[in-house]
Formats: sequence, structure tokens, C-alpha cells
Amino acid sequence: MEPVGLNAYLFVGAVLFVCGIVCMAIKRNGIGVLMGVELVLNGANLNFVAFARYTPLGLDGQVIALFVIVLAAAEAAVALAIALNFYNNHLSIDVDRGSELQG
Amino acid sequence: MTTDVLFWLFAALVCGGALGVVITQNVVRMAFWLILSLGSVSALFFLLGADFLGAAQLLIYVGGTVVLLVFGVMLTASGPYLQIKTSAADGLLGAGVGGLLLLVLISTVYGLDWSALHPTPAVSMIAERPEGNTIRPLGLAFLGLRPDRPVTEDGKSAPGYLLPFEIVSVHLLVVLVGAAYLARAKRRAEPSRDSFSA
Repeated sequence: MEPVGLNAYLFVGAVLFVCGIVCMAIKRNGIGVLMGVELVLNGANLNFVAFARYTPLGLDGQVIALFVIVLAAAEAAVALAIALNFYNNHLSIDVDRGSELQG
Repeated sequence: MTTDVLFWLFAALVCGGALGVVITQNVVRMAFWLILSLGSVSALFFLLGADFLGAAQLLIYVGGTVVLLVFGVMLTASGPYLQIKTSAADGLLGAGVGGLLLLVLISTVYGLDWSALHPTPAVSMIAERPEGNTIRPLGLAFLGLRPDRPVTEDGKSAPGYLLPFEIVSVHLLVVLVGAAYLARAKRRAEPSRDSFSA
């Protein structure tokens, strides 16, 4: 068996990305959609760190991954506040009922 | 050899957790699978020699973001809304499209020749690959100093990340204030009684 290299990490990142995309697409629960976003961001982060380790990208990849983590935390806070407001108005978190939100 | 075994173990945990998030219909179980997946991603970061990043992933994601999501679940999942079923047709369509997307991505990853990016001896002198103990270089990079990169011919050092660091700090502050403003408890619109007596 060949040793683990860049391709194996990119494979795991691709699986994370696809799972996140499918989760965002098919979940009807708003919190579930947020979890899909977290999966996608983690797949991208894994790719950044793998390239930092195996290519001349070096430390820059880890710096960018740290920025992504901070922005994901901010995104989760804001999206959760919006979801709570939506729940207060509709008494449901079903995103299919979001079609009534017309500005 | 040990690291290879550890890699495949944690890679299986990452993929299994992500699949569990997609498949299960219960929101609380989705949160559990998400914790498993994100924790295993931090283990992969440790295996890649990014020790500070792995610790930050554990602290911020598993300790902060997922707890925030679980609080969201608790505040919004009441009674019949704990499980909102995805219809079987949507699930099949999503699985089909996701499988095709995964096929495209995997064939691209294994079709490209990444060895063109691998550090040749000349390049590896320029960029030192991180092999753990990254706290000091990361902190210096955030302050705009790059001791891990050589000084160029005209006497300038490689650019650091001081301005993005400041921008993201202010961004985080503004976002948290805005989130607290959005999620605050609303006052009831009905007039109180003592407003009539005044």
C-alpha cells in the first residue's frame, strides 16, 4: 500500500464537500442547512491544510484556514440569529415556509 | 506506518460522520454526527503537522460553533418540529446529484498531476514546510513578520497578514454585536395597562 499523500486528503475533503452540498440541498430543517454549510467549510479547510503540508504553499495555507474558521464562527452566529427570528415569526424552522419572506 | 493507519481511521470517521449528518432525520443526532466529523477533521489537522490549527478547530468548532447549533436546536425544536422529514424523491435526487458531483471531483483529483506542485529542492529552500510547532510562525505571520520566508533581492520580506487580521477582528466584533441585536427578545406590541392610567 502506498503511503498517504496529497490525494488521500483531497479525497476526504471532496467527500466532506459533497456531503455538505447534499445536506444543504435536501434538509428542510434550517439548522440542518447550517450544519451542511459547516461541512462544506471544513472540506475546504482540509484542502488548504493538505496543500500547506504537501506543496510550497507552506504556512499561508494554515493562515487562510484560520481565517476560514473565524468567518465560519461569525456566519454561524448570524445565521442562527436569523433562524431564531424566523422561528419567532412562523413557529416553525421549515425552510419551505421561507417563501413568504418577501422583503 | 502508524500515521497511515491513523489517517485511514480518522478519514473513515470523517466520512462516516458526514454521511450520518446527511442521512439521519433527527436534528439532535445530526448534531452528534457533526461533532464526530469535525473532531476527526481536527485529528487530521494534527496528522498534517498543523498543531495550532487542530487545537483551534477543537476549541472553536467543536466547543463553540456546534454548541451554538445545539442551542439553536433546543430553541427551535419543539414537539412536532423535532423531525421534519425529507421526502424520498428529494433524497434520491440529492443522492444522485451528490454522487455525480463526487465522481467528478474524485476523477479530477486523481487525474491531475499534483507532483508538479511538489517541492523540488530549489523550491523547498524557499518555502519551509510546516512540520508541527507552528504557533510562533503563525503568530508572527499575523503580526506581519515572515521569518519562514527568505528576504527577496530588493530587501523586502514576504508580506504578512497584519491587515487581514485586523479586518477579521473588527468583522467578528461587528458580527457578534449584530447577532445579539437580531436575536434579542422582542417586547410585546400590546400596550401595558399602566400606560392608560398615566
